[in-house]
Amino acid sequence: MTELAELPPWAALLIAFFLLLGASLTLLGCIGLLRFKTFYQRVHAPTLGTTWGAGGILIASMIFFSMVQSRPVLHEILISVMVFVTTPVTLMLLARATLYRDRAEGMSGVPSLDTGSTGDEATDSTYPTQRS
Amino acid sequence: MSAIILVLALAVAQLMLLAAMGCCLYRLIRGPRAQDRVLGLDALYVCAMLLLLTLGIRSDSTVFFEMALVIALLGFVSTAALAKFLMRGEVIE
Amino acid sequence: MRRLLPYPLLTASLLLMWLLLTRFSVGQILLGLVIALAASRVMGALQPAKPRLRRWIKIPSLTWTVFGDILKSNIAVAGLVLRGGSGKARSGFVVVPLELRDRTGLAILACIITGTPGTAWIEYNAASGKLLMHVLDIDDEERCVAQIKQRYEAPLMEIFE
Repeated sequence: MTELAELPPWAALLIAFFLLLGASLTLLGCIGLLRFKTFYQRVHAPTLGTTWGAGGILIASMIFFSMVQSRPVLHEILISVMVFVTTPVTLMLLARATLYRDRAEGMSGVPSLDTGSTGDEATDSTYPTQRS
Repeated sequence: MSAIILVLALAVAQLMLLAAMGCCLYRLIRGPRAQDRVLGLDALYVCAMLLLLTLGIRSDSTVFFEMALVIALLGFVSTAALAKFLMRGEVIE
Repeated sequence: MRRLLPYPLLTASLLLMWLLLTRFSVGQILLGLVIALAASRVMGALQPAKPRLRRWIKIPSLTWTVFGDILKSNIAVAGLVLRGGSGKARSGFVVVPLELRDRTGLAILACIITGTPGTAWIEYNAASGKLLMHVLDIDDEERCVAQIKQRYEAPLMEIFE
């Protein structure tokens, strides 16, 4: 805690700004996870936390350690690259698994690419809520 | 002055991340379906990783960075395995 | 040169990763170089399909576009959550006919689309080249498809094909 007092105020403000930005975006993403109705809507929510949510906190951490150790500390970039590259992969795998399960159960409202049905059903905004 | 700003910001950020973890935990417990639980777990991993990073800033040690990296890697592998399990019913074929 | 460095990009990024994980010093650079060379030789033994980059020049502008779009859609999705969840969202599935065929390009497009909040890549049919995408808030379906094709697919096609 001793180093905290030695930081110049502008650096502290900058770190605080990025910290709060990242944390609030992550929180909003997770609230979205709670509030959205269908699984396909919920898939969008975690990306909020993994793009700018993680980015904000990682930038704050980068500024903080670079100021305290008075040398550029950039290893947070590794985490941000890791998170940014792996999240789409896991979300895509999950979405595909869900699509497969929905089709296997014969759930209505799940569009199909094979039959070429690109009509109204595919873009119907009243996508039925999933059974609970 | 700067110490007060930082400590306050850190406390607020940590509370927000805790609340975010609570939301993910709710999704993990309540479902309704298996894929929702996996999605909640994935988001929970990310929140835990970010919380560890803020702890690292608070205690001024880079040890937490390694932990965060390990959690990020584990989260990816476990979610990928769970998604495969949802699709096929088994992880190792 | 080709035999010593089968994958120059991979070697360079492995060395960079090693340096980021440790510290910048001559010893670490040497050690990282040895590890990166050995690892890229192992990769060569696996014989992956080598992606060919046609135009480097487009990469920075594409990165910048993606960066800006992620920022914009972050704000949009955050606003949507704040305004009351999915009640107001006009979400639905959109089918995008893709002309991009290069596998690396498609993988990058998938990462871009899913990584951006508000759009998610759901399924791709390699035979017909159609992509099924879920969009959280659709204004106009045709504009949405045009935006994907124009902003991401066109530069990726220039880079990889």
